[in-house]
Amino acid sequence: MTHRETSTRTYLSVFVALASLTTLTVAVAYVNLGEHWNNIVALSISITKTALVALFFMHLRDSKRLTWLIVGGGVFWLVVLLGFTLSDVATRGWLAL
Amino acid sequence: MPDSTSVAAVDPHAASAHLAHQFEDAEQQYETASLGMWLFIVQEIMFFGGLFTAYAVYRSMYPNAFAQVSRNLDVVFGTTNTLVLIGSSLTMALAVRAARFGTRRQLVTYLLWTMLFGTVFLGIKGMEYHHKWVEGFVPGPGFHYTGAGAEHAQLFFSLYFAMTGLHALHMVVGIVLLAILAVMGARGRFGPAYSTPVEMAGLYWHFVDVIWIFLFPMLYLLGRH
Amino acid sequence: MGTQKSIDYLNVDYGIRSWLLTLDHKRIALLYLISITVMFALGGIFAMLIRLELLTPAGDLVQSDTYNKLFTMHGIIMIFFFLVPSIPSVFGNFLLPLMIGARDLAFPKLNLLSWYVYVLGAIFTLWAMVSGGVDTGWTFYTPYSTTASTTNVIPTAIGVFVTGFSSILTGVNFIATIHRMRAPGLTWFRLPLFVWALYATSLIMVLGTPVLAITILLVGLERAFHIGIFDPALGGDPLLFQHLFWFYSHPAVYIMILPSMGVVSEVISCFAKKRIFGYNFIAASSLAIALFGFLVWGHHMFVSGESVYAAMVFSVLSFAVAVPSAVKVFNWAATLYKGTIELSAPMLYSLGFIGLFTVGGLTGLFLAALGLDVHVHDTYFVVAHFHYIMVGGAIMGYMAAMHFWWPKVTGRMYSQLWAKISALTIFLGFNLTFFPQFVLGYLGMPRRYHTYPPEFQVLNVLSTAGASILALGYLIPLIYLIYSLRNGERAPANPWKATGLEWTVPSPPPPENFDVIPVVDEEPYAYPDLEVQSA
Repeated sequence: MTHRETSTRTYLSVFVALASLTTLTVAVAYVNLGEHWNNIVALSISITKTALVALFFMHLRDSKRLTWLIVGGGVFWLVVLLGFTLSDVATRGWLAL
Repeated sequence: MPDSTSVAAVDPHAASAHLAHQFEDAEQQYETASLGMWLFIVQEIMFFGGLFTAYAVYRSMYPNAFAQVSRNLDVVFGTTNTLVLIGSSLTMALAVRAARFGTRRQLVTYLLWTMLFGTVFLGIKGMEYHHKWVEGFVPGPGFHYTGAGAEHAQLFFSLYFAMTGLHALHMVVGIVLLAILAVMGARGRFGPAYSTPVEMAGLYWHFVDVIWIFLFPMLYLLGRH
Repeated sequence: MGTQKSIDYLNVDYGIRSWLLTLDHKRIALLYLISITVMFALGGIFAMLIRLELLTPAGDLVQSDTYNKLFTMHGIIMIFFFLVPSIPSVFGNFLLPLMIGARDLAFPKLNLLSWYVYVLGAIFTLWAMVSGGVDTGWTFYTPYSTTASTTNVIPTAIGVFVTGFSSILTGVNFIATIHRMRAPGLTWFRLPLFVWALYATSLIMVLGTPVLAITILLVGLERAFHIGIFDPALGGDPLLFQHLFWFYSHPAVYIMILPSMGVVSEVISCFAKKRIFGYNFIAASSLAIALFGFLVWGHHMFVSGESVYAAMVFSVLSFAVAVPSAVKVFNWAATLYKGTIELSAPMLYSLGFIGLFTVGGLTGLFLAALGLDVHVHDTYFVVAHFHYIMVGGAIMGYMAAMHFWWPKVTGRMYSQLWAKISALTIFLGFNLTFFPQFVLGYLGMPRRYHTYPPEFQVLNVLSTAGASILALGYLIPLIYLIYSLRNGERAPANPWKATGLEWTVPSPPPPENFDVIPVVDEEPYAYPDLEVQSA
């Protein structure tokens, strides 16, 4: 309503990018980069794909600051849940009581 | 005191049937609907987030078992489904665009394509579930897994079914919503003045796509190297 | 004036359909009021049974299995079906549009849906209770809830799961409303502090409740299909359940207290006839509590087996979260200082809140301290702590709200004398019930046991006596408030001479709230300064 229209061409380009990234993530999965790097690469690709979907398909790039704040908040809170819980699991062996 | 009869004041509520009484104008209504939908998406992030947390915890505890058990998932099906879902996001975005321009035929066409892709996704998923059932990999009393990583296989499959199952449920809801919108769209309900429901459904649909974007590598691509 | 009766939201339409299909936030608020009052009574009955059992050291009133069900059901009802919805769903729903100069909430249909969802959840849970009950404790700890318990865990879980969505919908509605529907001129820092409190509460509802929902879903799945997510025999981690559960359930306590704090700010300012002291700090502290409240959940798991490292971090953060609450208490005290104090019923409840919440909050610090918590965890010290906050704090705030806004909601005044008598009764009954429990806990009496060593009996008897007085204190308002509906003096628009947009409309308000949407051009709590008045 209030923001500019995204062109069909842009949408198609985003689709091609997403499909390419999907192919990439499958391909890289078959290459052993060491456990950590495989994880990091896979996560990075997923995040990139998400960014493309959010920015273009969900019109985040044309959205108000408040919308960005809300999305950011959601992501931040997810990180809090994941981070604190994993930090407990990861440190269970430390500091014998 | 200004003479109210000298200016023909247009009551925005009288002018538009779509404007709800609690809003002052169409823009406020649209902005508020958008805000509401994004907030709903945030709570969905947290809803799935609990499952992602469970997954992260157990994967960090049993990385090898998870990698080995994950190999039982079919990468071809998974990749196909990912591409299908991304395609459905494309058609959904195009549907929203059509709604805003008021091109009725395009709107309905793209909505139907999106529904079709969604149904194909669910069909493939159903096939995968069936295969797992036949192999005895569905958690519960009938679970039977021998092979690498057996001691944590049920855990992996519990997470697999919980996460993809919840995702599939969201897809079903989405398809139903799109069907309703397709009917409304066919009746010419949407156009430049009012396309909010289609846009909000679009946000929901794209979000469900994003969940799968994470689920696919997490579940299918673990132990391939 | 004229003999024509004015139209308000109560008399605009009659009949059951006009209530059950209403989209008016004010009517929905009353639907909630009736529902949560019923649930409160039910939860109270369970409480009385618990206290009756604890009159004697032996487990002679009920069997231990039954006792487990009693405290479980008391907790589930009071938390999920009374405290969490109480102020937001009743007073938030009623007042939010009025306070910001709007005609309704952003999403009236979602609002009605949220009530139906609440009722559906309540029905599931009540059915679970009458058909056998549940004995896991309101905390549903695994693996007991998923494997060993033979009671109605799944129906109860469904009930709580469903009701959670009522919370989420309300939260979404409030946040969207506050952002988008404020009247012209009503900037964020001109909002009443009650609105800030509702906003912060809504943030927690939207961010936290979904995690509870997924956790309960997993418990149900595990119980039904034995899938192993929390089952150690299959490699599952019971502590994972606790992480996921408390990620919501700790912020949930802030859902329960923040709205009451908002009420206190409104009432104190009005009955001291003084601008609230430190408005910005109180507003900011509401947000701080909401945010920080999400970072401390591990303090419920100090003795469950979480890592020492995580425990230390959670302990430090738990100390930190006390600070914004303390900021509020100091600001309220400063507001009262040199104010023209009127000890009306709402004011008595608010003053009670400040004192009792402070006690509850300070004892929370005892629990946040790792070393001390090892000693008092799972004892009556914890029980006393959270009842001071929830009953001495949250419910006092709820009663303050009830007595402050009753004239606005119903258009009737109630008996001030009886209101003050019951406020005093509640205060005395409450302290007699729960203060002995601090001592009991410190001396080592564990919670969730229906037998105890004989040397604890005196304190338990005092506690039960207090509970009876407390129950009486809650019954009296039921009588005089209902009585006032027919016989109370008709209330003017602003009986307390308070500031705030809700007091500018008639009591009860018309269906559309405002004839003309107001334009706000003054600061909140614009009570005249004393120096100016006397000049």
